[in-house]
Amino acid sequence: MIRTSLALARRTLLDAARRPQFLAPLVIFPSLFLAINTGGLHRSTDLPGFPHVGGFLDFQLAAAMTQSLLLGGVAQGIGTALEIESGFFDRLVASPIPRVSIVLGRILAGAVIALGQVLYFVAIGLIFGASIAGGLPGLLIVLAIGVLAGTGFCALGVMIALRARNASTVQGIFPLVFVVLFVSSAFFPRALLSHPADWIASYNPLSYIADGLRDPIISSVSLQPVLEGLAAAAGVTAAFVALAVAALHGRLREA
Amino acid sequence: MSTAPAIETIGLEREFGGGLKAVKGIDLAVAPGEVYGFLGPNGAGKTTTVRMLVTLLRPTGGRATIAGFDVATQPADVRRRIGVALQEAALDLLMTGRELMELQATLHGIPRRAVAERAADLIGRVGLANAAERRVGTYSGGMRRRLDLAMALIHAPEVLFLDEPTTGLDPTSRTTLWEEVRRLRDEGTTVFMTTQYLEEADQLADRVGIISDGLLVAEGTPAALKAEIGAPHLDITLGGEAPDAEAARRALEPYGACRPAPDGAHVSLQVADGAAAMAGVVRALDDAGLLVEGIELVRPTLDDVFLAKTGEHLEGAAEEAAPA
Repeated sequence: MIRTSLALARRTLLDAARRPQFLAPLVIFPSLFLAINTGGLHRSTDLPGFPHVGGFLDFQLAAAMTQSLLLGGVAQGIGTALEIESGFFDRLVASPIPRVSIVLGRILAGAVIALGQVLYFVAIGLIFGASIAGGLPGLLIVLAIGVLAGTGFCALGVMIALRARNASTVQGIFPLVFVVLFVSSAFFPRALLSHPADWIASYNPLSYIADGLRDPIISSVSLQPVLEGLAAAAGVTAAFVALAVAALHGRLREA
Repeated sequence: MSTAPAIETIGLEREFGGGLKAVKGIDLAVAPGEVYGFLGPNGAGKTTTVRMLVTLLRPTGGRATIAGFDVATQPADVRRRIGVALQEAALDLLMTGRELMELQATLHGIPRRAVAERAADLIGRVGLANAAERRVGTYSGGMRRRLDLAMALIHAPEVLFLDEPTTGLDPTSRTTLWEEVRRLRDEGTTVFMTTQYLEEADQLADRVGIISDGLLVAEGTPAALKAEIGAPHLDITLGGEAPDAEAARRALEPYGACRPAPDGAHVSLQVADGAAAMAGVVRALDDAGLLVEGIELVRPTLDDVFLAKTGEHLEGAAEEAAPA
């Protein structure tokens, strides 16, 4: 299973590298959002109750990362759906490999791409004046939460693709990504959200993932947000990987 | 060599949602090393049958075994023994031919150290060695089909399934694929091939099964099927100012059953020995003072068989008959 999963992950990564039009929006769109937000809302840091940060860019980096990782999940979902539409999925199903490799291969590739996405935003932040207050341990925590969350979002995309079976339906979930993200504390501190957004945000795992990514950037590493971030990312990953595998088995049973 | 069928189906059925029954109980047995042509028009149930045999669809009735393994209860064993090239060559267009071959080798559990060599061997065998480092997206339709075939052969399968392998290909690519199928037959690989090209079935298949509306309506060697529906006949066109088909019928009585056409200018003569009868027929007509404008030996084709068995022509027959 490991050999076939790695082979399929390698294939997905090769495809991604050769199709920059699929990869580029994962970072370009959140980068534009980051630039607009940072430029237009930088005085938000003066609001009472806003956490002490070096700059609004430091605060917004976690939002851009979360947004990018969610888009990564959509992209992997579209990739899976295109594989189903083209018949390549059937080729995999007709070969003597453990079925779970089909899902794991794509999710593993999604994890590698997620690492690249997080590193990209760290680099962008550092270039434009942000700093990682948590130092190297903080950076490692950001990478860990980012990769874990990215893996979970990829599994979500794959699960939706296996249920929907066509790329246009998977693309249709794109706006939902933003709805879910906006009702979290990714873009604004939970304490400053009005009701009921603050209440929804407190139950939204994206809030904990974004806070977990943000904390090591804006302050020295503190245990609670990091652990909450890791737990939320691990929970999302475990749940969606299980659901994606179940969706695969369901699809094969229905055949 | 085992005498058990390489492929066997007993009452194989597949019903889809909404009560649509695409396959309505097919019984067939394909011997090891045999090339079996599965003929039928679009929508007859060919692809559904193949998808059940390669474990992509579950039968809703009956059973099927490949190399002795049940497709429904032992699908993993079946997958290890089959090679599959489905209707649309489902290839990753962004990968190179070599990368795809190596991926396929890995998926089939070929040892790491043997992957590159096996991939290179097969790419060479299907004549794609010079294109191995090119992305598949740059390949022509024929090249993609050949790569698809090479991928299906990567693990030297006992049974190879080809679903309409030459549909849409130019004559040269079609011939190349035919040669490869013949080579596989010579090597002892069992080939189950769906096609809507009669010539393809005639040229390649040891036996042919004709499927129509989900049912196997005829099965046998191409020669036996053609013989079943009738002997060859001569189509004779009489010349002159007043062609007399009735006089021709009388002159040709000793040669076989003769049917004059109502226009008086054409006669159809059934001949058991085909072309050998031609010279005598021409002489007989000449002796009777009849002018022969044209004479053509017409043998029954698989399309005639198809027409006789299903009441309709096969779509591919018209395509084949059309001038290139």
